[in-house]
Amino acid sequence: MNDFPRWKYVLVVVVLLLGILYGVPNLFVQQPSVQVTANRGATVDQALKERVQGILEKDKITFQSVDVDNDHLLVRLPVGASDDQNKALEVMKSDLGEQYVVAPNLASTVPAWMRAIGAREMPKGLDLQGGVHFLMEVDDKDVLDKQVQRYSDDIRGVLRDKNIRYQSVGRGPQGVVVQLRSADDRDAATSAIQSKLPDLVVSNGATTGDSFTLNASVKPDKVREAALNTIRQNQATLSNRINALGVAEPLIQQQGDTRIVVELPGVQDTAEAKRVLGAQATLEYHAVDQDGNAYDAMRSGNIPPDDKLYYMRNLGPDGKKIPILLKKKVIVSGDEMVDASSAPDPQSGTPGVSVHLNATGGRKMLEFTTQSVGKPMAVLYIERTPEVKVIDGKEVRSTKITEDVISSATIRGVFSTQFSTTGLSSSKEASDLALLLRSGSLAAPIDIVEERVIGPSLGADNIKKGVFAVLLGLGAVLIFMAFYYWLFGLIADIALFFNLVLLLAIMSAIGVTLTMPGIAGIVLTLGMAIDANVLICERVREELRNGSTPLAAIRAGYDKAWATILDANVTHLLAALALMTLGSGAIRGFGVTLFIGILTSMFTSVTVTHAITNLIHSGRKKLKGLSLGSGYSNRAAA
Amino acid sequence: MELFNPNSNVDFLAGRKVSIAISIVLVLASLVLLATRGLNYALDFTGGVIVEATYQEPVQVDHVRDALEAAGIHNAQVQSVGGTRDVSIRLQPQADQKDVEAVGRSVMDALQKTRADAALKRHPDFVGSSVGAELKSSGIVAAVFVMIGIMIYIGIRFEKRFAIAAIASEIHDTILTLGFFSLTHMEFDLTVLAALLAVIGYSINDKVVVFDRVRELFRMTRKAEPYDILNKAINQTLSRTIMTSLTTSLTMFALYFVGGPAVHGFGLTMLVGIVIGTLSSIFFANPILYWLGVSKTDLMPVSKENPELARRP
Repeated sequence: MNDFPRWKYVLVVVVLLLGILYGVPNLFVQQPSVQVTANRGATVDQALKERVQGILEKDKITFQSVDVDNDHLLVRLPVGASDDQNKALEVMKSDLGEQYVVAPNLASTVPAWMRAIGAREMPKGLDLQGGVHFLMEVDDKDVLDKQVQRYSDDIRGVLRDKNIRYQSVGRGPQGVVVQLRSADDRDAATSAIQSKLPDLVVSNGATTGDSFTLNASVKPDKVREAALNTIRQNQATLSNRINALGVAEPLIQQQGDTRIVVELPGVQDTAEAKRVLGAQATLEYHAVDQDGNAYDAMRSGNIPPDDKLYYMRNLGPDGKKIPILLKKKVIVSGDEMVDASSAPDPQSGTPGVSVHLNATGGRKMLEFTTQSVGKPMAVLYIERTPEVKVIDGKEVRSTKITEDVISSATIRGVFSTQFSTTGLSSSKEASDLALLLRSGSLAAPIDIVEERVIGPSLGADNIKKGVFAVLLGLGAVLIFMAFYYWLFGLIADIALFFNLVLLLAIMSAIGVTLTMPGIAGIVLTLGMAIDANVLICERVREELRNGSTPLAAIRAGYDKAWATILDANVTHLLAALALMTLGSGAIRGFGVTLFIGILTSMFTSVTVTHAITNLIHSGRKKLKGLSLGSGYSNRAAA
Repeated sequence: MELFNPNSNVDFLAGRKVSIAISIVLVLASLVLLATRGLNYALDFTGGVIVEATYQEPVQVDHVRDALEAAGIHNAQVQSVGGTRDVSIRLQPQADQKDVEAVGRSVMDALQKTRADAALKRHPDFVGSSVGAELKSSGIVAAVFVMIGIMIYIGIRFEKRFAIAAIASEIHDTILTLGFFSLTHMEFDLTVLAALLAVIGYSINDKVVVFDRVRELFRMTRKAEPYDILNKAINQTLSRTIMTSLTTSLTMFALYFVGGPAVHGFGLTMLVGIVIGTLSSIFFANPILYWLGVSKTDLMPVSKENPELARRP
């Protein structure tokens, strides 16, 4: 009997080898490490490596290696040296200062060649490694409010430009409500608004006496876009701030249309994390003082009375801070800005940022620029972080203010509400600046709507229990199958074991985060994957009872069971798919595991066992029976 | 060794009126329970702040409740968690209580006023009510999608009566499992919801195997009496039905007993679901199929379109 083609044997062997290769990284124990990343323009290079080595040697901390890897530096410590990790963290933090973010981490010990081919361990979820989980929600009502506010100003401007007299422009339930004095004015206003402000939908409202109403609402896709922009802004600002917390692998992810998940592995102090996340950013436009020399002022401390010394956010090419003297008077502040977006300069085509101010801001800007063409103007970014310190047993609340200059440019002409900053070196710089401008002016408030803390010991405990449950469940099924189906049970056992290996390998290779529900999914998969083998074994037994020869029974058994297995698994896959796509968080992790598990089990339970069964039985023509449980091993072919 | 007589010929359908009646009564009872007693939703669904406190000496839940009332904290749900020393206190979310630490402190102050040996066990967790409400609705959507998907698939691969019987049993199994949670008032959290959806997957697996045999028997038997065919199909697949429920139960027992509190609810739900799903495959799905009047002619045309299914003429 040779109904099992050779290529299938090859396939089985290749898949199993790949499974082992990609599954094995999970067996490597991670080692404690300290990760250093550059903060705001500082660089990670050979010099830093030597500096860190010096620090560690000075404090007699034994380390395994110090490597520079892309954008970060990794100090590996011997496995189990978590005390040394804390010590190293402390000395490195105090020595490297604010220019670098120093964070504890667990480093992979998977050999480099394995990582090069994408074989790596599964990332662990927060429930398995401990940390803080926040779910933050953007106040989308506030986003809409700001939009309506902005368009009210714009409508006023448009009506003034066109000399259309209006009674009032205000907020309505659906957007902006404009009251006009005549039907003609209303028609004129409608066409003016429609041509100038294409993002609005304009419709006629009620007419009472001599008051003609016009309703303007923001197009729904514009509202959605604004909400998404807000999420993106917040995501960007949050990741900047989280850097300050010293978390090696923070997760900042959009969830749905209005939410952001923030997961900070290893962090336990939620209060501190919340303060940093809840910092408030603002912007101010200032004139740059060209008379004073900023470098002199920095050295001598002599600062002109009307000025204040600031530093540019980006460091100079020599790696040093660039000082800049700004006039104390604020030209325009962030709350007068309505939009900032990166757009190439229409004349030169170089990357630029286009800024849109409201009417008040525009007036102030006009006033300032009329007198200052040819002079530089700078944008100051201010971040206020509330802090709580305990002094003499009492909580003292204060605010930490970080200020730096994110842009400085020469004023080329007189402008008011609309202007752009051009001459930026790259489009990335432009989009970064636009993002900063927006986050300093427009960021809608975000609220924490979920907060969970998982202690580090709880995480370790969860892993231990989860692994034990997997092994116990696996062991129980293995014994049960071997006991009930003898050789066929053992073959199914081998397949089940490989199912586990393959499942882990695929999860690791595609980077599924392992969570507790994921482990539950693995255990469930183990219990249900064997179903296919039960179906096959029962079929083969049936065929034997019906008088088939052993080899014919195997063939018919696999053949007939396949249709059933396929139907059963497809319906099961449907269920897993729904869990995967409709669930969030825990349910999703479970669904993904189940989905992959069903796919791998179809391969191992059917193809792998078929290959092994054929290999064992194909050469033996004089089989009396099959090792499929007592009563079948010596059943003479009828 | 055989756990079951392979040539068994138990007349499962004979008791169909009784078994269906029992099923209907159980479904109704579950619905009544769900309507009156409801589910003991966990923080995942209700939203609020959960504070876990631990005492050095055993404590009674009522005392904790009194201590909270005395301090002006009302509407707190107090439960003992594992043993007599640990309690979890759940407070409904309030708009002005954004500060989780402050809530935790006020609860602990209240507890320590009556019992000095009370201590905070771990950092309080907080979930906004909108998050919980959304979870509930997305859970229901997921369940509905699963059922519709399965119904379409079975409708295409088998026949519409099979699809109806399958969905009826899915709904039956889901409601009974929920009824169990309502009756025992065990905590219904996110992992339980995941398990509930997995129960649907497990149970449909079971039904499909029996249906598959029904289809096969109809096609290969010349003079097919639906009553005999259905009985035969149940009997012939009985051994695999029980075997699979045993292996799956084994793994779920492992999860339940050693997997720790995080997956406790999951293991339990699956165990309950396996029992319900297995029984409903035998005593509910097939009687429904019989009543819907499945017959040989319904299944034959399909085989012309799908030649691979026509294994035996």
